[in-house]
Amino acid sequence: MKRRDYAVVGTRPLRHDAADKVTGRALFGADVRLAGLLDGFIVRSPHAHARILRIDTRRAAAFPGVKAVVTAADFPQGPDRLVDLGDGPVPLSYVRGNILAGGKALYKGHAIAAVAAVSRHVAEEAAGLIEVDYEVLPCVLTAPDAMRDDAPVLLEDLKTNELGQQSDRVSNVALHFRHVLGDIEQGFAAAAVIVEREFNTASVHQGYIEPQTATALWNADGRVHIWCSTQGAFAVRDATACILEIPVSQVKVTPMEVGGGFGGKLAVYLEPVAALLSKKTGQPVKMVMSRQEVFEGTGPTPGSHIKVKMGASKDGRLTAAQACLAYEAGAYPGSMVFFGAMCVFSAYDLANVVIDGYDVVVNKPSTAAYRAPGTTNAAFAVETVVDEIAEKLGIDPIDFRLKNAAKEGTRRADGPKFRRIGCIEVLEAMKSHPHYTAPLGGPNRGRGVAIGFWFNIGFPSSCTISVNADGTVNLVEGSVDLAGTRTSVAMQAAEVLGIPAEDVLPTVADTDSIGYTAMTGGSRTTFATGWAAYEAAQDVLRQMKERAAMLWETEAASVKIKGGVFRARGRAMTFKELAARLAETGGPVMGRATVDPQGVGGSFAGCIVDVEVDPETGRVSIVRFTSVQDAGKAIHPSYVEGQMQGGSVQGIGWALNEEYFMSRQGAMLNASLLDYRMPTSLDVPMIDTVIVEVPNPGHPFGVRGVGEANIIPPPAAVANAIYRAVGVRLRRLPMNPPAVMEAIWRRRG
Amino acid sequence: MHAKIHVRTTINGDPVEFLCEPRQSLLECLRDILGLTGAKEGCNDGNCGACTVILDGRIVNSCLVLGVEAEGRQITTIEGIARGAGLHPLQRAFIENAALQCGFCTPGLILAAKVLLDQEPDPSEERIRQWLANNLCRCTGYDKIVRAIRQAAETAGVQA
Amino acid sequence: MATVYLPPLLEDLTGGRSSVEVEGGTVRRIIDQLEGAWPGIRERLLEGDRLRPNLRVAVDGEISRLGLLERVSPSSEVHFVAAISGG
Repeated sequence: MKRRDYAVVGTRPLRHDAADKVTGRALFGADVRLAGLLDGFIVRSPHAHARILRIDTRRAAAFPGVKAVVTAADFPQGPDRLVDLGDGPVPLSYVRGNILAGGKALYKGHAIAAVAAVSRHVAEEAAGLIEVDYEVLPCVLTAPDAMRDDAPVLLEDLKTNELGQQSDRVSNVALHFRHVLGDIEQGFAAAAVIVEREFNTASVHQGYIEPQTATALWNADGRVHIWCSTQGAFAVRDATACILEIPVSQVKVTPMEVGGGFGGKLAVYLEPVAALLSKKTGQPVKMVMSRQEVFEGTGPTPGSHIKVKMGASKDGRLTAAQACLAYEAGAYPGSMVFFGAMCVFSAYDLANVVIDGYDVVVNKPSTAAYRAPGTTNAAFAVETVVDEIAEKLGIDPIDFRLKNAAKEGTRRADGPKFRRIGCIEVLEAMKSHPHYTAPLGGPNRGRGVAIGFWFNIGFPSSCTISVNADGTVNLVEGSVDLAGTRTSVAMQAAEVLGIPAEDVLPTVADTDSIGYTAMTGGSRTTFATGWAAYEAAQDVLRQMKERAAMLWETEAASVKIKGGVFRARGRAMTFKELAARLAETGGPVMGRATVDPQGVGGSFAGCIVDVEVDPETGRVSIVRFTSVQDAGKAIHPSYVEGQMQGGSVQGIGWALNEEYFMSRQGAMLNASLLDYRMPTSLDVPMIDTVIVEVPNPGHPFGVRGVGEANIIPPPAAVANAIYRAVGVRLRRLPMNPPAVMEAIWRRRG
Repeated sequence: MHAKIHVRTTINGDPVEFLCEPRQSLLECLRDILGLTGAKEGCNDGNCGACTVILDGRIVNSCLVLGVEAEGRQITTIEGIARGAGLHPLQRAFIENAALQCGFCTPGLILAAKVLLDQEPDPSEERIRQWLANNLCRCTGYDKIVRAIRQAAETAGVQA
Repeated sequence: MATVYLPPLLEDLTGGRSSVEVEGGTVRRIIDQLEGAWPGIRERLLEGDRLRPNLRVAVDGEISRLGLLERVSPSSEVHFVAAISGG
């Protein structure tokens, strides 16, 4: 479909689940009610690093109202092996270890045991009776510390994968990889200006308002039914089946409405535990995390230590770039440093690059993805170094980026060449936006810009569409709807069928009821599940053409469809009219499609931010914010704007206040929403948005996923703005008032 | 087990009776005893506003109110603000302005906004932001929420 | 001739070479050619009869879901990349 004007795509229909969400009728995970439902509660390690010597659950099991207690001993026993749950091979003992600890507690909050009882209160009381003997060990909390030769070792079987070779050395460094392009020695030799800086960023949490929850029923027929808050029902099914060593067909997952995910609800935490408790009790068991458990027991982002060195010629051409990214993976390997390395210099056309990445385990919760994982902190480093270089050369920051912008054919350091991308278009939209040249309007104010890239993913999706006699269709898909994708998917089907978006009735189905569909994340849903809907709709049209041909006694090949009207030999019929006649022409019509699409288009995002810094308190206020992003084609512009605004405000929180504030013993001291300070409505202004559309040639409507890239530029842009406001460059996240004041005082001498 | 207390209260205009333990919050009672699951638990310590309900005309975090404190009071939950089969203008405005993404914070936000508009029919953007500062939203960045509330305020005939 | 870009992770086998020309065909055929030049490279790329689970092959910038079965034209570029997802 190469047309520019669409009937449905690009419009703003009301989302199909809106009424349920504004009336409180929509059912989220904790709203599940079942007969005989028990409540589960997890006992967690108070120590950041300890050997577990003994767990005695007898007193807890005997407490009135308690029906079962489980520990890691309740997992099927057997030799360890490698399993792949979608992110590469990993020892099953690591996967299980994070659900219920094996021989060691590796972080404060590590799950040790769980109780099922008649109420949450009883379960919590009983949990206090579980006796655990620990041998407390010294803990290590940052990547540089964990990389030292004398650092305490977390995982006694973890050996570094050093540049592709498995070493013999037990270490906290799980992985060291390197990307090389050209010759950076030559590149730096040719530079007139070189800037080399070091950065530290703290761990932050995705901050979804709905805590994790899972309810499991291990039924008498051996099937396990799970209702949970997740970004991927099939991912939960695969992970739970793997962890409990039962066939995938024995697990049915019903994804409930989700109160935010942002990458933090891709992994399982409660599902296998609830299942084990249900198996022991014969009753369904519901588990809901407290906010403290969400902070201490799920997966925040990696904290990181980053070094960046970049060089440019006198006329502003970057000649070389080098980065060293050391990311804290938390208790188990897998810190997303690989993505950070993919994206760190991706906005720039560079001939000479070296990127070293280190994935390092530390005694903190095992990290998880957060909206463009691994990339926001890398961009904080690169985009502030670029800002410094541009300033030293006296070149406007956007002009400097335009001079060096990545484009179609640019080779990235991790290998592939870019296909059609919108880096230049995003930069030009920023430059021509009135915000860029507006007066600042006050003292201690400054303006900063930054840009970022996320590659986006494809992966499989399935979709079926059934035609109803009244001309509406039922669309069934498997992508959990975090923010309105059931509508953007339905709109793509509506466009193909030539009917209004309101006439496509979308349902997100459970794992028994729809074909395999990958998780909602990686900015894939509108792209890939939308494509599945597009193909399923084409399948419907093919069948309907045959029905029209039958009615008109002609060949199906002569039937054309345009704008929702079937025509052949001077006769015409609308989709609705034909739908009413399916029963008499052979019965129901149902279209289906499965896709595993290539043609993924990455998305560039940039932002312009004005800040005001109070030079006496260090408080940074966001005065004005403009977000620009390449959506390829915005299927539903309101929801694209919503992604841009949401990601921008998360980026602002990451920049200014959010952090895991750790004690020296590895305890998070601010594990509440009071002290883990996320932006409130009072902390941010209106977020202006500009949707750039450089169509992705790989997708029928030109879609590029938009969910993630918008969180990448804000911290760097805010840092650049602070510099212009009060003359200090911050190299640590968050840039909270004490950090700003410290920098101001140091500058004053 | 703790002895249960008999509570008589009014919820969404209807007389309601229930039994609860002294240690159960109003949020728990609404959700687990009365099946009114529109109020959500986000933090259980008064810092996110997802559990917001209206108690005797005031916005409260129902996680910080005990169930027994509902005795003799008037409570409004999200389930009770629409008239008949239609939607409250705020609910309509949220839908039309795409002011929700995941929808988890939405019931609390709508109730908080309702009390604001009942008291101040024409609030400025700054006033709206100040009023909503205890209702966290992680998805939207608040922009479209503010627009929705402004639209509801501007629409003639905002219901009390 | 198709161009295969060798990840730096394999440079210990290839003596620092970053790319090599091979004949087209399927990715499996290409790996056979690489093995002929640098014995041991097949074991690094394959697990049994399939690409290692943490690897994907990208042909002309597209991550291939067909793995070893993907056809590579005489003018293609081939990269071996890590399996990826998102958040």
